[in-house]
Amino acid sequence: MRYEAPGTIEDAVGLLAAEKGLARVLAGGTDLLVRLRSGHVEPDLVVDIKHIAAMHEITAEDGGFRIGAAVSCAELGEHPGVRKLWPGVVEAAELIGSTQIQGRCTMVGNLCNASPAADSVPAMVAAGATVRVVGPEGRRDVAVEDVSDAPGKTCLARDEIVDSVFLPARPARSGDAYLRFIPRTEMDIAVVGAGVALTLDGQGVCTAARMALGAVAERVLLVPEAAALVGTTVDEAALGKLAAVASAACRPIDDKRGTREFRIKVAGVLARRAALIALERAKG
Amino acid sequence: MSQVHVTTTINGDEVEYLCEAEETLLDVLRDRLGLTGAKEGCGSGDCGACSVMLDGRLVCSCLVLGAEAQGSKVETIEGMAAGETLHPLQRKFIEHAALQCGICTPGFLVAAKALLERNPDPSESEVRYWLAGNLCRCTGYDKIVRAVLDTAAEMRGA
Amino acid sequence: MPLDVKPGLEARKFKLVGTRPLRPDGIDKVTGRARFGADMSAPGMLVGRILRSPHAHARIRSIDVSKAAALPGVKAIVTRDDFGDCPDDLVDIRDNVMAREKALYEGHAVAAVAAVSASVARQALKLIEVDYEVLPHVTDVEKAALPDAPLLHDDMVTQGLEETPAKPSNIASRCQFGHGDVDKGFAQADLVVERKFRTEATHQGYIEPHACLATMASDGQADLWVCTQGHYYVREACAGLLGMDLSMLRVTASEIGGGFGGKTTVFLEPVALALSRKSNRPVKLVMSRDEVFKASGPTSSSSIWVKIGVTRDGRITAAEALIKFQGGAYAGSPITLGAMSAFACYALENVKSVGYDVVVNRPKQASYRAPGAPMVAFAVESVIDEIAGQLGMDPVDLRLVNAVNDGDKSSYGPKLPKVGLRQTLEAAKAHPHYTAPLGPNQGRGIACGFWFNFGGQTCVSLNLNVDGTVALAVGTPDIGGSRASMSLIAAEELGIPYEKVRCIVADTSSLGHNDITEGSRVTFSSGLATIEAARSCIQVLCARAARIWDIPPEAVVWEDGHARPAGPNAGEFEPMSLAEIARLAPKTGGPIAGHAEINAGGAGVSFATHLVDSEVDPETGRVSIVRYTVIQDAGKAIHPAYVEGQYQGGAVQGIGWALNEEYIYGEDGRLQNAGFLDYRIPVASDLPMIDTVIVEVPNPRHPYGVRGVGETSIVPPLAAIANSVSAAAGVRLAELPMSPPRVLAAIDGMKAAAE
Repeated sequence: MRYEAPGTIEDAVGLLAAEKGLARVLAGGTDLLVRLRSGHVEPDLVVDIKHIAAMHEITAEDGGFRIGAAVSCAELGEHPGVRKLWPGVVEAAELIGSTQIQGRCTMVGNLCNASPAADSVPAMVAAGATVRVVGPEGRRDVAVEDVSDAPGKTCLARDEIVDSVFLPARPARSGDAYLRFIPRTEMDIAVVGAGVALTLDGQGVCTAARMALGAVAERVLLVPEAAALVGTTVDEAALGKLAAVASAACRPIDDKRGTREFRIKVAGVLARRAALIALERAKG
Repeated sequence: MSQVHVTTTINGDEVEYLCEAEETLLDVLRDRLGLTGAKEGCGSGDCGACSVMLDGRLVCSCLVLGAEAQGSKVETIEGMAAGETLHPLQRKFIEHAALQCGICTPGFLVAAKALLERNPDPSESEVRYWLAGNLCRCTGYDKIVRAVLDTAAEMRGA
Repeated sequence: MPLDVKPGLEARKFKLVGTRPLRPDGIDKVTGRARFGADMSAPGMLVGRILRSPHAHARIRSIDVSKAAALPGVKAIVTRDDFGDCPDDLVDIRDNVMAREKALYEGHAVAAVAAVSASVARQALKLIEVDYEVLPHVTDVEKAALPDAPLLHDDMVTQGLEETPAKPSNIASRCQFGHGDVDKGFAQADLVVERKFRTEATHQGYIEPHACLATMASDGQADLWVCTQGHYYVREACAGLLGMDLSMLRVTASEIGGGFGGKTTVFLEPVALALSRKSNRPVKLVMSRDEVFKASGPTSSSSIWVKIGVTRDGRITAAEALIKFQGGAYAGSPITLGAMSAFACYALENVKSVGYDVVVNRPKQASYRAPGAPMVAFAVESVIDEIAGQLGMDPVDLRLVNAVNDGDKSSYGPKLPKVGLRQTLEAAKAHPHYTAPLGPNQGRGIACGFWFNFGGQTCVSLNLNVDGTVALAVGTPDIGGSRASMSLIAAEELGIPYEKVRCIVADTSSLGHNDITEGSRVTFSSGLATIEAARSCIQVLCARAARIWDIPPEAVVWEDGHARPAGPNAGEFEPMSLAEIARLAPKTGGPIAGHAEINAGGAGVSFATHLVDSEVDPETGRVSIVRYTVIQDAGKAIHPAYVEGQYQGGAVQGIGWALNEEYIYGEDGRLQNAGFLDYRIPVASDLPMIDTVIVEVPNPRHPYGVRGVGETSIVPPLAAIANSVSAAAGVRLAELPMSPPRVLAAIDGMKAAAE
């Protein structure tokens, strides 16, 4: 295995393009090194992007924030601006692993590892986030929900890197939240994850709602039927409808972390609890 | 296969080493530099026994490549005491019987030190959540949490 | 030296025993200097790695190591061909350490290499070609007992039946305990409750993986550095498997990063020695976490049926249990101890427990803290709780009606001496936890537990240095702070400050045989031997003072760390301190020491009562532990902080076992959760403080009253938590772990039934 630490994104892309064998991008390493260690992946080349200065930046952009791919979740959590704008996203990112993992892991790594149970992804999807993909041909923006459609698979070509994630401006009177279910209080992979973002008008009526579910399908699910909240005051009846919509959208499996029935049931419970938090935040 | 040459700082000392690309920082510390205080309990970032500080961040050294320490500042358990003088956490752990077998203790001490440097007055819940990535099988965590809270109080001069 | 320790309890006021001094290994452990199993290295050291079967059950037709042997950097390879005849009692160990005709579980060792680096060793394993004939497998304890189950051992015929069966099966043995007539007893009952329970296998979960460094010279002398609970047993097993004299193998116990019974046997060590012998270089062999789960010794999964009958005022008239344990691929689950402990808390006229030891395609089990008892207590204490509910009786009162007293015949046979169960129950009732208010969705549970505790063969050597300090050598690896306790005992006996005693764990060449650190035996046995060695040393000290004073030795007594004349008739001499006599030792006859070689008997049983409050989220089934109190009889707490530590640690292992820990096997017989991510032990944020109450009902067979404490604490939690969940959510869980999907399914099932 070879290790390279390029100083620019162009160099990084060049290394990936030139590699005939298997190459992997290294940011936080908290997924890659586990897979290396267990023998699940044997790359010929590891490209460390942490020496690319721009990857560590968080910059205000168009009312939102652009977050470099090498920004650790710990650093993200210390940024008051991002936390104020999208608290649900930041809280979700802060759920990944332990304090030690937080010191290294990144949202982009979490996304590109392409586990349907990734904690940061449902919240990013609910927020309408996009990622910027850089390759030899140039740059393109991709909605977070379109990055992965199967476990371990992304839409990136072998010579493309994500250089940042963009969290858009948040409309007035809106709020977001992410909740996950795990059997312990920390350290577990999500058995179910639910991210909800909603917007209210001046009368407290919901004008927009997005919901994404994690760990209940082969990909993170953006659930368009969350629009059932629109036109309501997000009261008990509407929340009950949202819970039903969430349960209906699931197509989970039985595995060592949870059963089908459990995930379907708890998806509904979490959708409603997350929506309540988002509602409180929207009301200010 | 050629090795990676790394220059870094460990516990304040400049250190150079050669390592294979796939060696972790934990492997380097233990097998090349004789710093066996950090332990391998799982090799997958789930137990925290390998905790070190890297550029001021608490990390699992089993999830960092030796190569990634280039130009960085590493702090391990071996650097926690100042010569003969134990850090208050080290002293309090012994006083409170916050260790039984002691294998998780270096990891806990490094993690707890990082906590108190950032938050000198943590609540019991904050201590427990900060330390959730450090597994202990002997103590049930009770005396560890008491030792950390007592140290925080002493360091605050309370 | 004549032994002068009477087996009775002495009335005395302790100066040091019962205090909380700092432990001697504390500084090393908080600075990272302490050396554990994987922390040692030697010049020229090779790295060992083991090739393991990917199949749960397979015939090994052939093993071709030629390509691996040709890889540059590979210095030795061993397989089943390198392990020949061995004593009968080591055959299963030998086969478990390196598979012979068949691989009997996923992870079973098939070959091993020693190479110049970890990466060469890894590559070498890939080049070893094993021809497997995959066979049908079975991992479930009930399924393995069925007549058409895949057979693990062609020669396994059930022992302990009235008629030995003609055909082999996976049932290794049957055992039975009890007395009286249970059928008659049930006929006398006003209420009979019977239930079936299942528990899944769990692992001791020590944070330090197995590790050793083996060095064998070409003249056959060998050194082994290993993290173990019993280095003398390691010596015996390795010497037996390698055909060595015991004296040729010197085993040093490193600091140990947790054991809980899982490090009382051998897995890696004979392989490391064989590799070292073949390569003529030191070989370091360390398990990965994955290997620890797949190829060390988890505890049994079980299927347990319990039936208890009571009169309407709560007196148990009969109690019966049928228990099945699987011990992995070889006979030897803790079924005997489990069956014996089942009803040990209760004084019963009619009691019967029957146990079956079953083999399955899983790793060979090893002891886990009170082996066999937690699962059975889960079943029995759950039924007791249900009975209390049906009778409308307070659960403590129901137990007090039936609790064993001093002199009762135990359910497993012997007459019990002085015991402390009643005292722990009364302390529970009096504790503020018992009456504290509960919040919504919260419930309180209580359960009792028991462990036998053991004595055993023990040697101690106590040597005085000329400056009056003491070198105390014990042979029981320190897994819980025992060096501090032994130092306290020696200092107490000699009458000198604690700081003057330095206790080490000697290697197998430096001290006589010691049984394994297990069975909660160390404070009792090494403590007893330390007392004897100290008293033996005192006899010498008195004799030396007598010589200096030129009076008969009988005229000298030892008090407060000084030799003094026994009375005015003996003469007017200033008392001499231990240090003063020690300084003159070269002139008065040479070095002064005391030693003891005993087979300690008279260990005292330890009872406990646990109280727990839990909260159940009715929408997700998640259980949180809100409050926990351990009340246990220690006899006499030598170092109270370490006794508390044992109570808390055992309780938390029980919490993990009750709520989340389990071995998860796929249809393919492979372990799906061989890591700390999905084998979920409790983390700090899962728990409250664990309160402890040390009850002291002295053991009359020990001079200080000591009882073992390390194991009882894991016995009550499983039932205590199940009982609290039942109180909180109205559902009785009979299957462990009580993971959220199970709890939620039970709650939803209860709601559906109510509609």
